[in-house]
Amino acid sequence: MVQDLGYLKESPSQTAGPYVHIGCTPNFAGITGVYDTDLGTVMVNDRTLGERITVRGRVIDGAGAPLKDALVEIWQADAAGLYNSPSELRGTADPNFTGWGRCPTSADDGIFTFETIKPGRAPYKDGRRMAPHITFWIVARGINIGLHTRMYFADEAEANAEDPLLARIEHRHRVATLVAPREGSVYTFDIHLQGDKETVFLDI
Amino acid sequence: MSDFSNQKPETGAFFQRDRAWHAPALTPGYKTSVLRSPQKALLSLDGTISEITGPVFGHSILGELDNDLIHNFAKPGESAIGERIIVHGRVLDERGQPVRGALLEFWQANAGGRYRHKKETYLAPLDPNFGGCGRAITGEDGSYRFRTVKPGPYPWPNGVNDWRPAHIHFSIFGHGFAQRLITQMYFEGDPMIWKCPIVTTIPDRNAIEQLIAPLDWANTIPMDARAYKFDIVLRGRRSTLFENRMEGN
Ligand SMILES: [Fe+3]
Repeated sequence: MVQDLGYLKESPSQTAGPYVHIGCTPNFAGITGVYDTDLGTVMVNDRTLGERITVRGRVIDGAGAPLKDALVEIWQADAAGLYNSPSELRGTADPNFTGWGRCPTSADDGIFTFETIKPGRAPYKDGRRMAPHITFWIVARGINIGLHTRMYFADEAEANAEDPLLARIEHRHRVATLVAPREGSVYTFDIHLQGDKETVFLDI
Repeated sequence: MSDFSNQKPETGAFFQRDRAWHAPALTPGYKTSVLRSPQKALLSLDGTISEITGPVFGHSILGELDNDLIHNFAKPGESAIGERIIVHGRVLDERGQPVRGALLEFWQANAGGRYRHKKETYLAPLDPNFGGCGRAITGEDGSYRFRTVKPGPYPWPNGVNDWRPAHIHFSIFGHGFAQRLITQMYFEGDPMIWKCPIVTTIPDRNAIEQLIAPLDWANTIPMDARAYKFDIVLRGRRSTLFENRMEGN
């Protein structure tokens, strides 16, 4: 026998279930008067630095149907590439930008929408720079453990070409699953859970 | 946003997640997972600044009754119907360190097993004084507590006769986005735990037992509420002592 390392095990994940909105966005679920607002609905104010953009998309199942009961969260750097987090030691992020958003997919068409700003570039560990990106986390009924992925920007081809994460994707045609096309100020990011267009999900 | 700005910031990447301890994505006994489970391998990446950071919430977001589901939706002077309980515990990381300032959001059915939700079809009645949501932020020692009524079990459309054991859903924010977790708490002694196709998506019996809260007699308040203790463990961070400094530090 040797000494016990003493580590604990992470609590196992369980599905968010069909009623995740009761807990995470109760006002959206029609439970009003408990919290003033649902967390994560507003990321910017009129003093936020950076280019205003809209990120819109759906989470699509293996039969091609959009999920109408999912919850999508995003986390991103500010326009200068800094995160609004105590673990950010490179500088102070824009105090007018939360960096975090939460949106239920619509019960009608399954669309999620975030009004945010285009993030700056943040460093990878080895000093290379990552391309601008938004981190996504998706939970829903039928998803046993939250899915992490990233959205990149189609109009950042040069930065995307040198991004360390995109470079790790062996099957090159799958890179496109992480790159959102732009139309005006709107980026469209559809997340496919299965099939030919299955999004690259991350173990991070 | 943090109330703990005097604390030394944590910048290490997180321990690799033990995927064998969690449910796999595809669990056919839980039918909804069949079309909602990724089929390709996940792309592994040691945490970058995008995952080791995360939003932190201050106590200023909390209302006075956020941790009291018996009263936070009830009419003045009234309270929710059901077995009164206190749920308390600590949020720790895999190193056993308390996670201070963690935001917990919880939601549950009422004492009859009915959710306040427009898609809910179970014939059990709504309780006009029960909404079903609450939240809390952990203290310096990682502790949290809230008051509620014990949720009832309920049937759900999966197999012909599948029932959920009594449970409370939890969403937890630690300090890094890679720690993001949603799970469920079950109650000691409930024989329905082992019959549930959602519980048994978790392959390891010890892992399931990690989600079962024991009755905590010592913390029961006489003539008021029984207590259940539910500790939650989030991913731990590696020490940053000998890691490469990130560019710009
Ligand atoms: Fe439930």
